[in-house]
Amino acid sequence: MRYIFALIVWLCPLMGTAEEWEDQNAFGPASAAKTLRVLSSTDTSLFAPVIEDFLRSRAGVAVEYFVTGTAQIDQVFRAAPDDFDVVISSAMDLQLKLVNDGYSVPVETLSQPDWAQWRNSLFAFTTEPATIVINRAAFAPDTVPQTRQELIAAMRARPEVFRGKVGTYDVRKSGLGYLFATQDARASETFWRLMEVMGGLDARLYCCSGEMIDDLVSGDLVVAYNVLGSYVAAREDVAETLEIVLPSDFPTTMMRTAFVSSRTEVEAEAAAFVRHLVEVQTGPRNPDVFPLPPLSAAVDGAGQAVISLGPALMTYLDPLKRKRFIKEWSSAVIQ
Amino acid sequence: MNDTVNVSGSLRARLSLTLIGSAAAIAVLLFFVVRTYAAQIAQSGQDNILEASVTSILDAATLRDGAVEVDFPYVAFSMLSTDADDRVFYAIWQEDTLLSGYELLPVADAPDGSEIVHVSAIFDGAPVRVATAARILVGANTRTRVTVSVAQTQDALAGTLNKISRNVGLIGAGFFTLSVLVASWATNTTIRPLERLTHSITRRGPKDLSPVARPVPMEMAPLVTSLNSFMARLDTSLKQSEDFIAEAAHRVRTPLATVRSHAEATLQRVEREDNRQALRSMVRAIDESSRAAGQLLDHAMITFRADHLETQSVDLVELVEDLVTRLAPVAEMKDIALTVISEGEVSVEADSILLQNALRNLVENALKYAPGESEITLEVFASPRPRVEVRDEGPGFPPDQIQGLAARFSRGENAKDTIGSGLGLTIAQDVATAHGGALTLTNLPEGGACVTFLL
Repeated sequence: MRYIFALIVWLCPLMGTAEEWEDQNAFGPASAAKTLRVLSSTDTSLFAPVIEDFLRSRAGVAVEYFVTGTAQIDQVFRAAPDDFDVVISSAMDLQLKLVNDGYSVPVETLSQPDWAQWRNSLFAFTTEPATIVINRAAFAPDTVPQTRQELIAAMRARPEVFRGKVGTYDVRKSGLGYLFATQDARASETFWRLMEVMGGLDARLYCCSGEMIDDLVSGDLVVAYNVLGSYVAAREDVAETLEIVLPSDFPTTMMRTAFVSSRTEVEAEAAAFVRHLVEVQTGPRNPDVFPLPPLSAAVDGAGQAVISLGPALMTYLDPLKRKRFIKEWSSAVIQ
Repeated sequence: MNDTVNVSGSLRARLSLTLIGSAAAIAVLLFFVVRTYAAQIAQSGQDNILEASVTSILDAATLRDGAVEVDFPYVAFSMLSTDADDRVFYAIWQEDTLLSGYELLPVADAPDGSEIVHVSAIFDGAPVRVATAARILVGANTRTRVTVSVAQTQDALAGTLNKISRNVGLIGAGFFTLSVLVASWATNTTIRPLERLTHSITRRGPKDLSPVARPVPMEMAPLVTSLNSFMARLDTSLKQSEDFIAEAAHRVRTPLATVRSHAEATLQRVEREDNRQALRSMVRAIDESSRAAGQLLDHAMITFRADHLETQSVDLVELVEDLVTRLAPVAEMKDIALTVISEGEVSVEADSILLQNALRNLVENALKYAPGESEITLEVFASPRPRVEVRDEGPGFPPDQIQGLAARFSRGENAKDTIGSGLGLTIAQDVATAHGGALTLTNLPEGGACVTFLL
């Protein structure tokens, strides 16, 4: 590795108050003239290669990479927009609202199709479906549920297997979980029935996909709903234990998005970083540089439609709507 | 007379400028009117969508247990998607309390009911269009007013307007180009009768004073009427003066002949040498006067006949030989040889009386200026056009005056001591012109004058 890979823990010289980061890393030379501060919801392990790839051709640039949950990103960034140059998150709705509220600048040198960008400021660079992930041990081969209906039926048929061992996002804590839940609710009433069944089986609630996968591997969970399949696929150690199911009844596919902060002082580098992300993800596939799925309009043969980037995403962010949705969700899941 | 016409402005330029200027003004006006109209339509399109969005949010407002709930549909915002990804802002108020949305969004006062108020404003540094509507919610024992505002930036609208402006600009430019073409066509069509009249008058022969007969546009009728009557007056006065000259010459010639015969008779009887000398001078003066009178008559006749040519087939060689025969006695008196060179017959369609007259004047001229014991050559050519060259061995024409010599009563400077009226060359030239030919004066390199009479 050509560049010094320095792990700096609990060093937040730029922050007024110390944030509880999930992870925080610095890439590139410590003496770099320019430092790019990236606020992201994506695990460092997935992002490190692409950052190093970006730095390879740029001397004098370093990257500080801060990881936190999707909901926290929105709060942290709104509180201190000066502190970050690039914001990356899988919560499309929160990202879109930040751009709508004027926290971003357009990247003029980047031209993407309409469905993959908004205001030429918010750029999608992955397409990742929400999936059902199961522990193979709990299902006989050929009985793996392929749709939400089948999952409901399976859970109803064998409640003793599933009790306390089903998991999904806690939509109150996770921005991405809230996005998936609201999009599911828009698409079908099945979502509510599934939530009720999962609630009846004492569903465990998570902030992040990573923890759900860990618990699936350990056997604490036998099925997790609305997990990012891409995270499972990126972990080579779990392929034997876990199976990813793309619900064939209706798809919910998210795009990871990035934008350049309007308050950045290194706009050229920040724009170059976003452009680099998009180029890596639309160019020839290289899993060594970036293990998450590439950006594509149709993810697979099933024609996974992506959640479209548009002002409608702000609907469920409305406090009145959110209050009402969470109330309904809570009464279904937390019984 | 002053030859240059006092020109002020141009009808063509004035007409073109007026037409093109008004076309430009109309094109610019068209641009602004259409653009303004298109802007209104585009704006009303955006207003309609904002209205639908506001309505759908307001419709979702309900009172539940005394609290306002607004479970507005997804479509309320998704309908606000534009090509330019316009930013969307909204605010939901209950009385004076913000329920959700953007607190700082400028809100217009909307009356209760279905009426929706639209305003343009600036929000977060961007121009926005805001639609606002209000509704009274009535609960069991509450009555509250909910106001909803939805705002959208105008990037897509600006894009549409730019596109419209560009298209309207192109249409305006096209309209203008077409107008310029039409204007130049209209100008030409309008000016053409004037040009035709000018052309027909310019093309006329010098003596043609007949009225303009071609039809002219109504507006030009007064001009042509004045022109016709002016020409008629000119014609009359010209004819009168010609008649007067002919009459005068005729009246002078007869008494002159009488005086000459008396002088000759007296010369026979007078013995004293100085008296005889005086009488001879007298006779010579009378001869000149009578010749001048004759030429004046010739000229008057030519002026008359030139307008009504009586052409017939004439052999130019025969005509020249006749002339030489007739003038031979005069030539012999001065010991001048008259030689005719020709190659057979040269037949022309011409007025033989006029031809005779013209050639006689030329030969008489040559006889007058040629020195004694010299030769005058008359050469007749058939091609390329029939012509007669009269060459003498005299002093030739003064080179600096050769152009104006054919004018009426004009005589060369070297002719001061030679008697003459100055009409000879004029007569020959008038005849040549009347036949569509020309008279050319040159000096021969070996000395002597050469007059070419071209038919």
